[in-house]
Amino acid sequence: MAAESEGAIDPIHQFVIEPMFHLGGLTVTNSAAYMVAILVVASFVMIFGTAPKALVPGRLQSLGEVAYEFVADTVRGSAGHEGMRFFPLVFSLFMFVLIANLIGLIPFTFSVTSHIIVTFALAAVVILTVILYGFYKNGLHFLGLFVPSGVSPVLLPLLVLIEVISFISRPISLSVRLFANMLAGHITLNVFGGFVAMLLASGTWAVILSPLPFAMTVALSALELLVAFLQAYVFAILTCVYLNDAIHPGH
Amino acid sequence: MASTEQTNTEVGHEGGHASGVFPPFDPSTFGSQLLWLAIIFGALYLLMSRVALPRVEGILAARKAAHEGDLAEAARLRAETEASIASFEKALADAHAHAEEIGQSTRDKLNAEIMAKRKAFDAELTANLDAEEHTIAANKAKAMQNVGEIATESTIAIIQHLTGQVPSAADASAAVRHVSNA
Repeated sequence: MAAESEGAIDPIHQFVIEPMFHLGGLTVTNSAAYMVAILVVASFVMIFGTAPKALVPGRLQSLGEVAYEFVADTVRGSAGHEGMRFFPLVFSLFMFVLIANLIGLIPFTFSVTSHIIVTFALAAVVILTVILYGFYKNGLHFLGLFVPSGVSPVLLPLLVLIEVISFISRPISLSVRLFANMLAGHITLNVFGGFVAMLLASGTWAVILSPLPFAMTVALSALELLVAFLQAYVFAILTCVYLNDAIHPGH
Repeated sequence: MASTEQTNTEVGHEGGHASGVFPPFDPSTFGSQLLWLAIIFGALYLLMSRVALPRVEGILAARKAAHEGDLAEAARLRAETEASIASFEKALADAHAHAEEIGQSTRDKLNAEIMAKRKAFDAELTANLDAEEHTIAANKAKAMQNVGEIATESTIAIIQHLTGQVPSAADASAAVRHVSNA
């Protein structure tokens, strides 16, 4: 980010992964440090916050309970009561993505979810769970997921092909949606923030224009806050929908 | 710019961050990120599924139980209140009925007493009246008898004065009776 103060905008720099220090044989990068931060924040809210086990909850415990009930309702609503066996997975995914997105909104921080490999790994966990549990619970009947019922035999091969493609595209869409939202949002914020710095540093009459991109940055920050939450929610609810397919594969 | 790019060259395992590669698509960082993601997400999953979520579930269940207990207690207390209100109203109604009963019996008793007294008084009055009537009748009869005697004596006196003869008392009274009966 230091590069920007020299006038040039480098919105890509914020995504660079740099090693910070070495821990034994392990290289701790900024990405790794932020992942640890996510774990710390999630544990702080969900373990430290709920430690009082108060009947009348305090703020932190309320936050933990709200998160629990929000995700639990999502899972129950999308995947039914059988889906509750995946509740810890969905909850962990939701918390990880939400906290990663929210931490990334703090200026000069790094967003773990702005890297495709991370979001793709999370999506792969979901899809592998769907496939493994689907075959474990339903056996080959799970493949009925790709065969829509009540379709004429002429159209069936085409529809099966479409269903298979749609299934394969799920992990891609799941990961790219989150990654692209985070990436685009951070680049946009960075560009507009950079405009403010550039205009202020220009030393000409253009200085008076600097509030315009600044207002834009503020508005975009609010939007990004919404997106941060929404993408975590979308990730969680799509996970539930896909898991529901594994639990009830019939169309 | 160039200096910052320089610091990025030692990334991941291969450490070969080619200048100009878009960082999210730089495969040299993938291994490190996946490794850390596996560690952190695994730890998160374990902490959430083993510690946090059962604890929150317990808190919510305890609260639900407490709420239901409170509600049951409130319902019990309300039923108790309603029962005591009902018993109070019953006692009130009983007292009303009792008072009515006492009033009625007192009224009946007094009425009976009055009636008895009146009857006794009436009887007494009737007896007195009869006695008086008897007396009057006796007096009247006596008077009437006296009247006959007086008429007889008057007849004797009148005849003696007119004729100089003294008729017998029997004749005179027969004559008087004859006249008075005619």
